[in-house]
Amino acid sequence: MNEDIRELYQQMIMDHNKNPRNFHAMADADRTAEGYNPLCGDHFKVYVKMEGEIIKDISFDGSGCAISKSSASMMTAALKGKTRAEAKALFEEVHKMLSRGIGEPFDAAKVGKLATFCGVCEFPSRVKCATLPWHTLLEGLDPTGKQVTTE
Amino acid sequence: MDRSADAKIFDVEQIRKDFPILREQVYGKPLTYLDNAATTQKPLAVIDTLTQYYSKENANIHRGIFCLSEQATKRYKSARHKVQEFLGAASDKEIIFVRGTTEALNLVAQCYGRTFLKAGDEVLITHMEHHSNIVPWQMLSEEIGIKLKVVPINDQGELILEELKKLLTDNVKFVAVVHISNALGTINPVKEIIRLAHAKGIPVVVDGAQAVAHTPVNVRDLDCDFYAFSGHKLLGPTGIGVLYGKKEFLEKMPPYQGGGDMIRSVTFEETTYNDLPYKFEAGTPHIAGVIGLGVAIDYISSIGLGRIEAYEQELLNYGTEKLLQVPGLRLIGTAKHKSAILSFVLGEAHAHDIGTILDRQGIAIRAGHHCAMPVMQRFNVPATTRASLAFYNTREEIDRLVAALHEVTEVFQ
Ligand SMILES: Cc1ncc(COP(=O)(O)O)c(C=O)c1O
Repeated sequence: MNEDIRELYQQMIMDHNKNPRNFHAMADADRTAEGYNPLCGDHFKVYVKMEGEIIKDISFDGSGCAISKSSASMMTAALKGKTRAEAKALFEEVHKMLSRGIGEPFDAAKVGKLATFCGVCEFPSRVKCATLPWHTLLEGLDPTGKQVTTE
Repeated sequence: MDRSADAKIFDVEQIRKDFPILREQVYGKPLTYLDNAATTQKPLAVIDTLTQYYSKENANIHRGIFCLSEQATKRYKSARHKVQEFLGAASDKEIIFVRGTTEALNLVAQCYGRTFLKAGDEVLITHMEHHSNIVPWQMLSEEIGIKLKVVPINDQGELILEELKKLLTDNVKFVAVVHISNALGTINPVKEIIRLAHAKGIPVVVDGAQAVAHTPVNVRDLDCDFYAFSGHKLLGPTGIGVLYGKKEFLEKMPPYQGGGDMIRSVTFEETTYNDLPYKFEAGTPHIAGVIGLGVAIDYISSIGLGRIEAYEQELLNYGTEKLLQVPGLRLIGTAKHKSAILSFVLGEAHAHDIGTILDRQGIAIRAGHHCAMPVMQRFNVPATTRASLAFYNTREEIDRLVAALHEVTEVFQ
């Protein structure tokens, strides 16, 4: 098998794709946002329950490719209990990792388990798959909360 | 250049040599180009024509009194004549150059639809239309209040003709139908549909984007009132396309855009429009594109669309058989009359992931909704992976596709 492909579809990504965590609607969410990639049809909804500045609970549903779905799943797992500011800061680090030049290093300590997405930078057309759930969440945390697209 | 007469066998290896891009490598693998429904590759004859035109012949047409302009005008006109013959149209005045299928269909909706349809009139389309044969009608609906009616399709992706007959009521004033579906490969019985519509005096536009490079088309035999196609899906340049329209319709339709070339005389009080086809071709056209399209038509005609169709059908049969052997693969679009388009879903793997994995093997396919979202909704899939073949594809390339699909299965097991 192609090396880059193996690097992209790591075990953890395939596991989250198959058994996504926090994969359900949330009836009593106080923030929701919808994210949509018109190009490939990825479509997710992210639900958040806030307690002050803290993300008390977070979930998602919808459908998409393995990269976007596992990214959504791992994002929800990473953010439960974090503050809004921490969520933003984490996404900044994730974004740096995803969009770095091929062969360039990134700060693995800052992204934790999300380092499993490090191979995505080899596939520029797939970066927006990995970022879609994040953009959607941040939109949801923003008071205006309208539909997000990757275009 | 006539190879159809001497060579009985279809020498695909020889043909591939006419397409420089087919020698390219992607990620160190030979390019396996299976996205011909999106756009076809260009033979050297077309590429050379564009280079030659811009390096030696470039001039504007219809106005220069100098040698180059006269030559360009002549070649431009001769390309129109080639298109006329290619489509079997009665006159080259019935050939309008546009940007592509999309513009052709918008022109029909705007110039025919907006003028001759009124609130409450129905336009009949099908469930397998490309967005470019849906949205212009929806826009017209918003503008003047026409209604859209949709002919359903069955589980094989074929039009349900009985339903079409029922929907063809007296309220229907226009029919817009795709010749060959880009998402399913279905070849629609357009001649029969046109006959049914005409029996009730209803005009028909056919979207021929996926047809002209794969099957012989004769607009007079079909008796369609309008026929649209894109040059870039017919080995030609992008940015050029054709709208064929029967003279009787084109003559009574208002112009599409205003500007130079489409007028006979202009004063601030009154403007007289030019004759067909110029009435619909405002401004400097895509001259190089038109000339390139003419050469593309010469090229494909020298091989012969009958032979191309036979070869592609064989390839389709081979591909269908091979794909169905891939565990978990389901074809979307299994019409009895099908063009060489293989749209499918594979187990749990999303089309986008499949596309990425195939790409690393040098295989170019399309993943997504193919600008036919209603088709995806009909088959209840978010997207499909689509391999669309052309006459320069080979069995070996299909084998490569199948091998790469096994890799997908390995990743997604
Ligand atoms: C069936 C069909 N109709 C219309 C179009 C639109 O063609 P273009 O984008 O060249 O205008 C396409 C191209 O994808 C098509 O496949």
